[in-house]
Amino acid sequence: MGELLKVDKIKTEFKTDKGMVTSVDEVSFDLKEGETICLVGESGCGKSVTSLSIMHLLDKNGSVTHGSILLNGKELVNMSEAEMRKVRGNEISMIFQEPMTSLNPVLTIGDQLTEGIRLHMGYSKKEARDYAVEMLKKVGIPRAEGIVDDYPHRLSGGMRQRVMIAMALSCKPKLLIADEPTTALDVTIQAQILKLMKGLRSESKTAIILITHDLGVVAEMADKVAVMYAGQVVEETDVFTLFDNPKHPYTLGLMKSIPHITNPDDMRLESIPGSVPSVYNMPKGCRFYDRCPFAMKRCLEEKPELRPIEDKKSHSIRCFLYEKEEREFEEKKQDEKEVLS
Amino acid sequence: MEVKNLKKYYPIKKGIISKTVGYVKAVDDVSFSIYPGETVGLVGESGCGKSTTGRSLVRLEDPTSGQVIFEGKDLASISKKEMRELRTDLQIIFQDPYSSLNPRKRIGDLLAEPLLAHKLASKAEAAEKVNHILETVGLSKHYKNRYPHEFSGGQRQRIGIARALMLHPKLIICDEPVSALDVSIQAQVLNLLKDLQKEFNLTYIFIAHGLGAVKYISDRITVMYLGKIMEMAKTKEIFEHPMHPYTEILLNAYPVPNPHMRDREQIVVEGDVPSPAHPPKGCVFHTRCPFAKDICREKVPELNGTDHLIACHFPLSQ
Repeated sequence: MGELLKVDKIKTEFKTDKGMVTSVDEVSFDLKEGETICLVGESGCGKSVTSLSIMHLLDKNGSVTHGSILLNGKELVNMSEAEMRKVRGNEISMIFQEPMTSLNPVLTIGDQLTEGIRLHMGYSKKEARDYAVEMLKKVGIPRAEGIVDDYPHRLSGGMRQRVMIAMALSCKPKLLIADEPTTALDVTIQAQILKLMKGLRSESKTAIILITHDLGVVAEMADKVAVMYAGQVVEETDVFTLFDNPKHPYTLGLMKSIPHITNPDDMRLESIPGSVPSVYNMPKGCRFYDRCPFAMKRCLEEKPELRPIEDKKSHSIRCFLYEKEEREFEEKKQDEKEVLS
Repeated sequence: MEVKNLKKYYPIKKGIISKTVGYVKAVDDVSFSIYPGETVGLVGESGCGKSTTGRSLVRLEDPTSGQVIFEGKDLASISKKEMRELRTDLQIIFQDPYSSLNPRKRIGDLLAEPLLAHKLASKAEAAEKVNHILETVGLSKHYKNRYPHEFSGGQRQRIGIARALMLHPKLIICDEPVSALDVSIQAQVLNLLKDLQKEFNLTYIFIAHGLGAVKYISDRITVMYLGKIMEMAKTKEIFEHPMHPYTEILLNAYPVPNPHMRDREQIVVEGDVPSPAHPPKGCVFHTRCPFAKDICREKVPELNGTDHLIACHFPLSQ
């Protein structure tokens, strides 16, 4: 499986009345064909801005100022709007959180579905319509032939999200970005949509960037996970390592603060004190400093880098604590060497 | 508090003379009781009537019929004036901390307002109380001169809680108090609510769609679907031995934060919640229930049981 997407240290900035604001800072990750990465974090951590940066869908006052985004070796950061239009919807497509507002209320489902199909696949009107019906059936919409001619307001939230998925997958994209696709839906509908996405994923080998704040969804869907905090990736690893052996104090705090139905009865939730720092006033050192139970003097002054943990290349973390661990690890290795010699 | 056969129907009007053509049965024949000092969780999907039930209990909605008996008085039938007096005992915390605070008032004034409106304190006394209550909910008393927009979502929700506490209420209805907050902040607010309950001996009705939060805070849980109670029992019972197929399905639908369990067997129900304007005949859940039989399509199941109440013709065996 080849590498499909490589996001390398991108920095996204917005021009505002109060000056330049960095919303995403040094975010890096890569994705292979058919793989699913989850971006997790709380509101304002930059997970949505990261995906909009990839899609060139930032507001006019925002731009990617550093770093590169390679899709199949093609640089996306400096791509012109005309070139980008060929990529968007065709190679990368996106599903949004609000299925209520992301469909145009004055066009029929069919009109909206066939637009991309005709543009990117060169189908005739009739072919496109047949294909659209086929896609609707694939995402589990009953009476697909009738629904094509209906307007979005006739559908429920879950059905609209299915239409969005049909639309996103119709041009067989290599990469699907799903921004909180189930957050606005009820749990029983969420379960339906997640099941559908799993099925389509194994069928089409589409790589997925799934943005969510729900660790339950992460555990269901992800191959790997990037935990984001205040515009940075603080921990990145495969999903099993993340849940079995989380390292970053923020990830640890997040895991302990979810009330879940499998928790024991009398367990008191641990909460992370304080709140996320403001983008106008980012701390100089580690951004989690004032909420971190393990904060050291060093964290206030120095910026930690995202580094892989010694023997596991696939587990990276942005924290000095781990460096201590690394030091101990090396000291131990050295001790062992001395003993051997 | 005891709720008996509470109903709230919204008329559907059509045409120029606004003829009533039907009713949306938002809450349909709901009965339950709440004991002092306990927390009752109301759960269900959107449109199941949980918020309408909560709002009807404090007369923010006038119930169509039924009784809400609170300390010997029927809240559903007393006059507005009497209700106003009782409001000091009954408070509500809303879901959206952004829209429930008046943006043009300072925090101190917002908090003092209920006291002054009920003529329970002089201005000086009220100011004193504001300082105290802000500290109780974990905010600095210096915040009282600020405006709501200067606060984060979590802090605003604390202010909402502080406002509800100002009058020393006996019962607080928490209408999705943590749904709009981030997870790390949710835990802070849930812990605060738990601590306050112990300190002031409060009774809560906790409305939420997140089962995790409901389990964490509730003593008993009521599961609602399409305006009706499906199951009601102690929290432990509901989670360990759910007897209604809907409860089982709801519990099952929650994604488990454990990747080793991702391949577990899962019953995924098909279809959507039917419209409350045209609820199905018989058991309201029969259209989506995997165990539905002929009788479910015909006869409405009664809510039966003593401690563990359930409305189903074929309850799941233990």
